[in-house]
Amino acid sequence: MKKKGYKKKYTAAMFRRELPLHFMILPGLALVLLFSYVPMGGLVMAFQDFIPSKGLFGDQKWCGLENFRFVFSLPGFNRALQNTIIIAFWKIVLGLLMPILFALLLNEIRSVRVSKFIQTVCYLPYFMSWVILGGILVDVLSTSGIVNQALNGLGMDSIFFLGDNRYFRTTAIWSDIWKNFGYGAIVYLAAILGIDTELYEAARIDGANRWQQTWHVTLPGMRMIIVLMLVMSLGNVLNAGFDQIFNLYSPAVYESGDIIDTFVYRMGVIDAQYGPATAVGMFKSVVSTIFISVSYFLAYKFADYRIF
Amino acid sequence: MRKKSVSRIVFEIINYCVMFLLTAICLLPVIHVLALSFSSNTAASAGLVKLLPVEFTTYSYQYVAGRKEFWNAVLRSLLRVGIGVPLSMLLTILIAYPLSKESDKFRFRTVYVWIFFFTMLFSGGLIPGYILIQNLKMMDSIWALVLPIAVSVYNVVLMLNFFRGIPRELEEAAQIDGAGHLQTCFRIYVPCALPSIATISLFTFVGHWNSWFDGLLFSNFSQNYPLASYLQTVVVKRDMALIGAGDLQALQNISDRTVRCAQIFMGMLPVLVVYPFVQKYFVKGIVVGSVKG
Repeated sequence: MKKKGYKKKYTAAMFRRELPLHFMILPGLALVLLFSYVPMGGLVMAFQDFIPSKGLFGDQKWCGLENFRFVFSLPGFNRALQNTIIIAFWKIVLGLLMPILFALLLNEIRSVRVSKFIQTVCYLPYFMSWVILGGILVDVLSTSGIVNQALNGLGMDSIFFLGDNRYFRTTAIWSDIWKNFGYGAIVYLAAILGIDTELYEAARIDGANRWQQTWHVTLPGMRMIIVLMLVMSLGNVLNAGFDQIFNLYSPAVYESGDIIDTFVYRMGVIDAQYGPATAVGMFKSVVSTIFISVSYFLAYKFADYRIF
Repeated sequence: MRKKSVSRIVFEIINYCVMFLLTAICLLPVIHVLALSFSSNTAASAGLVKLLPVEFTTYSYQYVAGRKEFWNAVLRSLLRVGIGVPLSMLLTILIAYPLSKESDKFRFRTVYVWIFFFTMLFSGGLIPGYILIQNLKMMDSIWALVLPIAVSVYNVVLMLNFFRGIPRELEEAAQIDGAGHLQTCFRIYVPCALPSIATISLFTFVGHWNSWFDGLLFSNFSQNYPLASYLQTVVVKRDMALIGAGDLQALQNISDRTVRCAQIFMGMLPVLVVYPFVQKYFVKGIVVGSVKG
C-alpha cells in the first residue's frame, strides 16, 4: 500500500497493455465479491425481521435496532461474551509466551538431529483439524480415559475436564496451546537464527554467561518479531476459537464454555432466529474489525509491516 | 573446547527433560488412539490399553471399511480436494501475478489490493454467508464447499511475495520476445515459483481435508458430508443415527470406542502422509511470507 507520486498520464496504450491484468484478476475478484462482499451487505439482516423465503435482499420488514436490543438483553449473550473474552485473552497471552519459551529452549539443544525431531513432532498437532484433535481429547480426557487413569493411579480423584465448568476453560486454553505452540515457534526460531553470531562472541568477551547472553542478545534480537506477533494477535480478542469449542463443549459446560461464535451458530442455524443471530455476528465483526485495523496500523507504524 | 560448567550441565539435563515431555505430549495421544483402534472391545472398555494394542485385532478397521457412509464421505472429500485445490491454485496465481506488479506497471493495483485486503479486516459472518448459499441454491452441492473458500487472500500474499523474488530481467526478456502477460505468468513466473506453489498446494490440501464446518453447514443431508464433517458427527458428537441401529449386533464384537479411534486415525492418515512434504517447505514459506512481507 505504498503510494508514489504519479507523473505519467494514463494513456490508451497503457490501458491496452494492462487490460490482460484486469482479466486475470476478474474470476477471483468475482468470487470475493460474491462470497465476501455480498454477505457483508447481508448484514442488513441484523436490522430486519428476517424471513428466509423472501431472500437475502428481498422485501423484508425493517425493525431498526430491535434485534440488538433483544440479544443484548439475553443472559446467554452476556455469558458468551464474557467467556469469549476470558478464553481469547488467555489464548493470546499464553499463545504468545509458550512459543517464545519453546523456541528459546529448543535453541539451546545443540544436536541438530534431536532438534529436528522435536520440531517435527511438535508441529504435527497444528496440521490436524479440531475434529481429529477433539475426538482424541474427548477420549483421552473422559472419566475412563487414560489421563484420569493416570490421576487415579497417583491417588487423585478423576477430573471431568470437558464436562465440568470448573475445568472446561482451562482445558480449552491449554489444548489450544498444545495444538499451536510448536508451529507458533517457527517465526521465533527464524528470528533467533537471524541473530549475528558475532554479538554472542562480543557478549562472551565481555564476560556474559548463558543467561545474560539470552537476556541481552537473543531476546533483543527477537524483539521486533515478538512485538509484531503481539500486535497481530490483538485482532483475536473476540476469537475464542469456534472450531475448537464446538468440538469440545456440551450443554453441561455452556456456563463456562459457550462463546459468541457457538452462540450465533445455535441461535441462527439451529433455532433459525436469523435477525438476532446476525445482530450478534455483526457486533463481533465490528469489534474485531476495529481491533484488527488498529493492530495492522500499529504493526505498520512500529514494525514497518506491510501485508501487500 | 571449554569445559561445561555444572550449572550448564544441570540446565541441559532439565532442558532435555522438558523437551522430551513436550514431544511426548504431542505424540502419545496419537499413539494411544492408534493402539486403541487395534485393540479388542473388552480390552478397550476395561481400560487396559496404554500405548500398545491389547488383544490385537483389525475388527474396527474392517467394520469401518465395510460402511457405505464412510466411503461415501471419503469420495466426497476426494472430489472436494480434486476440484478445490487446483481451482484455488489457479485463482491464487491469477490474482497474485497482477498484484505483484508495482503501481506504475499496473495502475489499478491499489484499488484491487484494498478490495482484497478489506476482506481480511471485515466479514459478514456466519449467518449472511449461510443464507447466501441457500439463496444461491447451492446447499448440498460440492461447489458450496469449494467456491466460497477458493480465494484465500493470505495465500495470495504468500504467492505474490514469491513472485516478487523472481528477477525482473526474466520478465523483461520474455516481453521483448513478445510474450504477453498470461504467457509471462505461466511460462516464466509459475515455473520459477514451483516450490512455493507446491507448498501452498499442500496447505490448501490440508485445509480442504480438515475443513468440517462448511460441510456440516451447507448440507441438508448427511450423505453429502465430506469425511471431516462425517467424522465430526460420528466421532465427536457421537451421533448414533449415523452409526446405524442395525449394527448393534456388530457392536458387540467391536466397541464404539475402538471404531471411533479407527476412524480418527483414518481421518488423519492423509495429513500424516503429506506432512513430511509440508514440513520440508513450510518453514521457508511462512518466514518469507509473513515476516518479510
